[in-house]
Amino acid sequence: MTLPRILRWGALAIAIAALWLLPTTLKSYGIYILTLWCVYVIAGLGLNLTVGYAGQISLGQAGFLGIGAYTAALLAKLGVSYLLIVPASASLCFAIGIGLGFPALRVQHHYLAFATLGFNMLCFLVFRNEDWLTGGTFGINDIPRPVLFGYRITRAADFYQLTLVMMIALAALMALLLRSPWGRAFAALRDNPIRAESVGISTTFYTLMAFAIGAAFAGVAGALFAPLVGFIEPASFTVTNSLAMLLMVIVGGSGRFFAPAIGAVIVVLLPEWLRFAADWYLAVFGFLIVVMMVWLPGGLLSLPDRIARR
Amino acid sequence: MTSDTMTALLDVADIRKSYGAIKAVDGVSLTVAAGEILGVIGPNGSGKTTLFNTILGQVAPNSGRVLFEGEDITGLPSLRLARRGIGRTFQSLQVFGRLSVRDNLIAAGQEFLDTATQRLFAKPDAGLGSRADEMIALFNLGHVAKREAGRLSYGQQKLVDIAMAFMPAPRLVLLDEPCAGVNPALIEELLGLLLRLNQDQGGSFIVIEHNMDFVMRLCGRVICMAQGAVLAEGTPDQIRANKAVLEAYLGD
Ligand SMILES: Nc1ncnc2c1ncn2[C@@H]1O[C@H](COP(=O)(O)OP(=O)(O)OP(=O)(O)O)[C@@H](O)[C@H]1O
Ligand SMILES: [Mg+2]
Repeated sequence: MTLPRILRWGALAIAIAALWLLPTTLKSYGIYILTLWCVYVIAGLGLNLTVGYAGQISLGQAGFLGIGAYTAALLAKLGVSYLLIVPASASLCFAIGIGLGFPALRVQHHYLAFATLGFNMLCFLVFRNEDWLTGGTFGINDIPRPVLFGYRITRAADFYQLTLVMMIALAALMALLLRSPWGRAFAALRDNPIRAESVGISTTFYTLMAFAIGAAFAGVAGALFAPLVGFIEPASFTVTNSLAMLLMVIVGGSGRFFAPAIGAVIVVLLPEWLRFAADWYLAVFGFLIVVMMVWLPGGLLSLPDRIARR
Repeated sequence: MTSDTMTALLDVADIRKSYGAIKAVDGVSLTVAAGEILGVIGPNGSGKTTLFNTILGQVAPNSGRVLFEGEDITGLPSLRLARRGIGRTFQSLQVFGRLSVRDNLIAAGQEFLDTATQRLFAKPDAGLGSRADEMIALFNLGHVAKREAGRLSYGQQKLVDIAMAFMPAPRLVLLDEPCAGVNPALIEELLGLLLRLNQDQGGSFIVIEHNMDFVMRLCGRVICMAQGAVLAEGTPDQIRANKAVLEAYLGD
């Protein structure tokens, strides 16, 4: 191993250790925010695959978060084991994600943005109007915390650590996916679909996979989100949330592995920090995005490169 | 069927393609034998690229038929043609800009290995690392192998583009103006390379090119197109001496 590699792995180990130990210094609200960060990172990992690596655009990620969360909530109420709930949420989102991939085979850019946005609105309407299943505007209450190996994870710190482990495992899985031949095919699709087809890379297959895998990650995030907050309602899964997740990836640095981790800090914490600004927070947020898009279009993680190239 | 067409690697018969009133390709037939290098020359707008695009499934011809190794491939999408062993380069540069040169090459070859599921669990370079390194050595790209392809000079990107077409060891490669925008030294290198790929690996090519010196030294047989049709066909010397070709193209 070369020195930079040792340093990089060392930094990662320290970061993980710090994240593991952090709850001991935090009050329950702080732990809640940290857990929420993990949930958004998981959804962001998926979206970064769809948007950053495969070059698609999606304003539907909150829809998948919602599908994952509702699936998890309903199954939990039925007493289904959490070990089955997570794969169920992920698989349902994977299947629906393939469906959302189809418009992407026909349209690109802002047309695709609108198509995925339409999908998110459809999800929202189903969550709100299908009372018999989703509880309508009131949503689903008293979602139990998971029981794992006979032990109910009620303490905030324990649930946080479960979420953290899931996040790290999924990040590792994503890293493996991106280093596999598939990772290169996704990048080929993003950089030059015509050339990709001419060297035998099926843009159809990898477009569908980019959406499906991205959606599955959101499904797992939803399966963690539901028991974290304890009750879910349609308002948590609106287009605004999708937009926030997309911004999270772009602000972090679309197509860079740690973009969701950086971006989620901003999306989860900024509303907290800007609480004094009340409803104006969105305006401040929007302004910051504009400033960043102009001065740092590659996202925060492109900053070191920019400085190095000076 | 004559014995000639039976042994042909590629057999193109009477391809036509119009854009409105413009007959871009107006009844072109040609054959390429295994191991042959066929040159295609002709003035700008004479339909050379459109001919390629109809052969390669990029554009559906209005009529005509394309046989590859005796099988009808007319109108098959480029993905399927690639998997059947037909490689190509485009008139404009087409690389994967944000991937490294080496990854560009591996990407160009990996889809020919195993099934999609097996590739998911394959090693990062899908076992194509040594093949990519061979191509990098052959195309003299060693010093830029780890750089992002999109950041290289035009000529170097062109080499990457051409090398990509050869990654999966295709049986036929169609090159659309490989010399365009490439400096004379690199053109000389490219000529040597293509000749070597032809001799050592038995590659068959069709090459569209405006650089006459390059065409005459590379190709065993040349077709000259004008206004969508084949004006003349023959050895480089015959083409150079052909009156019609001189008038339509070489003369100016
Ligand atoms: N997509 C298109 N739509 C309309 N007309 C087209 C299209 N593609 C090509 N043409 C026309 O078809 C004719 C042949 O074009 P083509 O690009 O095949 O020529 P070429 O021989 O490759 O020329 P060059 O040497 O400049 O590359 C031209 O008149 C061109 O304007
Ligand atoms: Mg052309």
